[in-house]
Amino acid sequence: MNTNWISTIEALAVVALVTIFTRALPFLFFGGKKKLPDTVSYLGTVLPAAIMIILVVFCLRNTILTAYPYGLAELLSVAAVIIVHCLRNNVFLSIAAGTGLYMVLIRTLFLIGS
Amino acid sequence: MKSFIFAFKQTIPVLFPYLFIGIAFGVLMDEAGYTAGWSLISGLFIYAGSMQIVMVSLLTAGASLGTIAMMTFFVNARHIFYGLAFIERFRKMGRKYPYMVVTLTDEVYSILCNIKYPVDVDARQSDFYITLILHLVWILSCLAGALFGQLIPYDLTGIEFSATAFFITVCMNQWKSMNSHWPALTGLISAVVFYTILGPNQFILPALTLSVLVLIMMKPRLTAGQKMQPVKECKPASIDGAEEIIYEY
Repeated sequence: MNTNWISTIEALAVVALVTIFTRALPFLFFGGKKKLPDTVSYLGTVLPAAIMIILVVFCLRNTILTAYPYGLAELLSVAAVIIVHCLRNNVFLSIAAGTGLYMVLIRTLFLIGS
Repeated sequence: MKSFIFAFKQTIPVLFPYLFIGIAFGVLMDEAGYTAGWSLISGLFIYAGSMQIVMVSLLTAGASLGTIAMMTFFVNARHIFYGLAFIERFRKMGRKYPYMVVTLTDEVYSILCNIKYPVDVDARQSDFYITLILHLVWILSCLAGALFGQLIPYDLTGIEFSATAFFITVCMNQWKSMNSHWPALTGLISAVVFYTILGPNQFILPALTLSVLVLIMMKPRLTAGQKMQPVKECKPASIDGAEEIIYEY
């Protein structure tokens, strides 16, 4: 491990700097201006709704839809979150219900492999 | 203190995903032969869940720095779109401004997007506490995974779904609070279209870019009339007149 700790530091530094760069980019572009361009402040209000739903798809991206169980565990668990959240409007309860159901489903009904 | 307690309550929904993904990262680093210090440093300075996990395989594969830089950029490029909502808000935070910018993760973003402060709570202070608490939780999770991860007697596979579940609840709360559902629908349709065409690893950037373009095109429509509930009284909605409107966050 001693021989390559410098290359490890270099790798970590690259990941850290590029990550910071992606997070800082909008601020570098628009952060210096006294008044935000109209379109940017408009995007700030409407874009979050689009981003959050894309993020949900991003979280579910590795679901296998073409073979058994065809993403049923994910589908049912997402449905559980939505239903519980509609009924009780309690974030913790919705997360617990969906995650609990998911953990049970992938161990029982929709067990893959082994 | 009130702000701190309020901030802590906001972080509770994402504590589980943070703990789980952080521990998973620590275990991977440990298995790859890196001592706990490396996990700690990664959590502190990188602070990006999925990227840290990708990084372990890049490290063990001995990938070149150029490859690592490219991979990091593409895995994290979605963050470029996050800051747009917080430029005004973070700019007012003085010395904390740079820290708020570099710690804007998926989870912090989703909490701050949808937060409603009680009247007796300092908004800027809570934003900072939320960010700080989650950063510390993340660092400790990475470290704990490296030190004790192998000892966990339970199989926690599937608990990562709690992050997805949290994002869904954020979507639903936004859906209820926004007057127009076009932004959410734009995101959903772009995501599904590009996921179908490009598959799971390449869809997110085109989907985000298309959403931005479509929403810009829809601006006259979405800012017209009562749709966005301008706080100040709205002049009859010509596009030029829209400059003076302050939108309700």
